[in-house]
Amino acid sequence: MSMAEAIERFVPDGSRVAMGTALEPLIPFAAGHELIRQKRRELELVGPISDALFDQLIGAGCVSRVTAAWVGNVSEGLGHCYRRACEQGVPGSLEVHDHSNFSISLALWAAAWNVPSLPTRTLLGSDILHTNPNLSTGFGMVHVGAVRPDVAIVHAQRADAIGRAHLWGPLGITEEAGLAADRVVVSCEELVDSNVTLSDPNRILLPETKVVAVVHEPGGAHPSPVQGYFKRDHAFYRDYAEQSRSENGFASWLKRWVLDVTDRATYLQGIDVERLRIHHHKYSAPTDFGDE
Amino acid sequence: MSEVYTAQELMVAVASREIHDGDLVFVGMRLPILAYAVALETHAPNARGLFEVGLMRDRPADAFLGTMGDPPNVAGAVWATRMSNAMALMAQGRVDLGFIGGAEVDRFGNLNTSYVGDPAGPAVKLPGSGGGADIAILSRRWVTLMNHERRRLVDRVSFLTSPGHGDGSRGWRERNGLLGGGPVAIITTLCVFRFPEGGGEAYLDTLHPGHTVEEVREQTGWVVKLGAQMGETAPPTRAELTAIRSRS
Repeated sequence: MSMAEAIERFVPDGSRVAMGTALEPLIPFAAGHELIRQKRRELELVGPISDALFDQLIGAGCVSRVTAAWVGNVSEGLGHCYRRACEQGVPGSLEVHDHSNFSISLALWAAAWNVPSLPTRTLLGSDILHTNPNLSTGFGMVHVGAVRPDVAIVHAQRADAIGRAHLWGPLGITEEAGLAADRVVVSCEELVDSNVTLSDPNRILLPETKVVAVVHEPGGAHPSPVQGYFKRDHAFYRDYAEQSRSENGFASWLKRWVLDVTDRATYLQGIDVERLRIHHHKYSAPTDFGDE
Repeated sequence: MSEVYTAQELMVAVASREIHDGDLVFVGMRLPILAYAVALETHAPNARGLFEVGLMRDRPADAFLGTMGDPPNVAGAVWATRMSNAMALMAQGRVDLGFIGGAEVDRFGNLNTSYVGDPAGPAVKLPGSGGGADIAILSRRWVTLMNHERRRLVDRVSFLTSPGHGDGSRGWRERNGLLGGGPVAIITTLCVFRFPEGGGEAYLDTLHPGHTVEEVREQTGWVVKLGAQMGETAPPTRAELTAIRSRS
C-alpha cells in the first residue's frame, strides 16, 4: 500500500495518533508529511519526546491537542512551531496534556491492558499533576489515566506484507503504543518475505491482528536514525531549527520539504542519502528455533 | 600554575566525581555523557549508564552522539529494551544517580522545563519534562548542570516540572511520597551548590577557581547562603582533562 493510501484510509481528521514512539530513532516522518499534505485537522498527537515531527505537524495546522512528555528538537532545543502555538495561538490554539516519559508509557500500558488507570510514584510533587486532567492522586500514588490511540504509526527496519514487523535497537514506548492503539500502520525500510519475519517471532514487536497497513517506505524515517540502515542527519535538524524560528521561514521549509514533494522517493532526491547510509554492518548471531 | 581549562571542562570533571564505582547512572546527553566517560576512565570503571530510550551501556559510545538513540550508542549496548523497563529499575530505587538539565532551577533544587508564566497562556513554552520528572522523583540522588545566569537560578520556579526539595521544608520529599533523595548538587559555571541532608535550601559549597562570592550573589536570583566549610572547587586533574579532551 502507498503511504498516501494508508493515511487516507486509516488516519481521518480528529484521530488520536501515536508517533515517534521509539524516541529519537525510527520516527515515521514520511507518514507525518503525508498527514500534512492531506491537510489532516484536529489530530491529537501522542508520544514521548517528539524530535521535530510534532513541531512540524503543529506548525502545519494539523493538531489540536498534544499528549506528550516533550516537544522540541532534541539536538537543537526548543520547538519553534510548538512555542508559537502555545504562546500566540499560531497557526491555531493547542491544548497540551503534559506527561513525563514514564507516565505516557503507563498511560499507554493502561489502555493496552484495558484498565482505566495505572498507579505510580512518578510525578508525585510535580506541577504536571495540575495541568493534565488525565492525572490524579490518591492513596499516596499518582493515577495515570489510560490513553488509547486510534492509530499508532510505526517505522520498522523490515516487515512482511501481512504486517509482521521486525524492530530492533531501543524501542521506547512502541510496544505499549501499538498494543493500546485500535490499529497500527507500519512503514518499513525493507519489505520482506514471511520466511524472514517468521524465522524470528521474538522480534515481531506487535501482533499482526492490529496491523491494518504496511507501507514499503525506504528512508521513511529521515532525518531520524534507523539502526543498521541510516545515521541521524544532524545537519537537517539544525537547518529545520534555524528555518522554523520564524513563521515565514517555517512556511518555506514546509513548501520545500513537504508541500512541493509528491512522495518520499521525491523527497529523498533532495538528500545526500549515501552520506547517511550505514555501510558497516554488525549482524547478530542467528537464533535457533529448532523444534524437533 | 595548573593547566588552562574551560568552565565546561571543570563542570564535567565535578560531575564525573559524583559518579561512584559500580553506580547505575541515568545519563543525559552533552555534559553528563562526557562526565560518565570521564568517570569510567578515571575512578569508576564499573559504572553503568542507563538511557530512557531503552539502553544500558558499560562504556560510552566511541563516536559522536547527537542523541541517545543514535546508532553508535546502540551498537555495543549491554541491554537494548523498552523505556518502561529502564523506568522499572528506577522505580525500584536501583538507579544511583541521575543527571537532569533545566531552563530554571530554584534555591530548593526544583527544576522548570515546562512553562514560563501562566501555563494557560505562557510567556514561553518550554519543551517539557521528557524523563526529567521521573529522574527527579525516582533516582536515589541527582545533579543538575547549568550556566550560572540570574534568569536561570531563580528564587522559586514558576512551574515545578521536576521536584527537588519542594518548599524547602525538611523531609518534604518523604512526606510527599517521592522515592529518591533528590538533588545533591547544582553544578554551575561559577560554583557548586549543595543541599543539607534530608532536604532544604542550597548552600554555596565550593567556588570555581578565579570566581568570587560577590559574582555568585550577583548572578543568583536568591539570597545565597554560604556553606560552613566553603572552599574552592578542585580544578580538573590531568587525567580528567585528558579523558574529556579525547572525546570533545
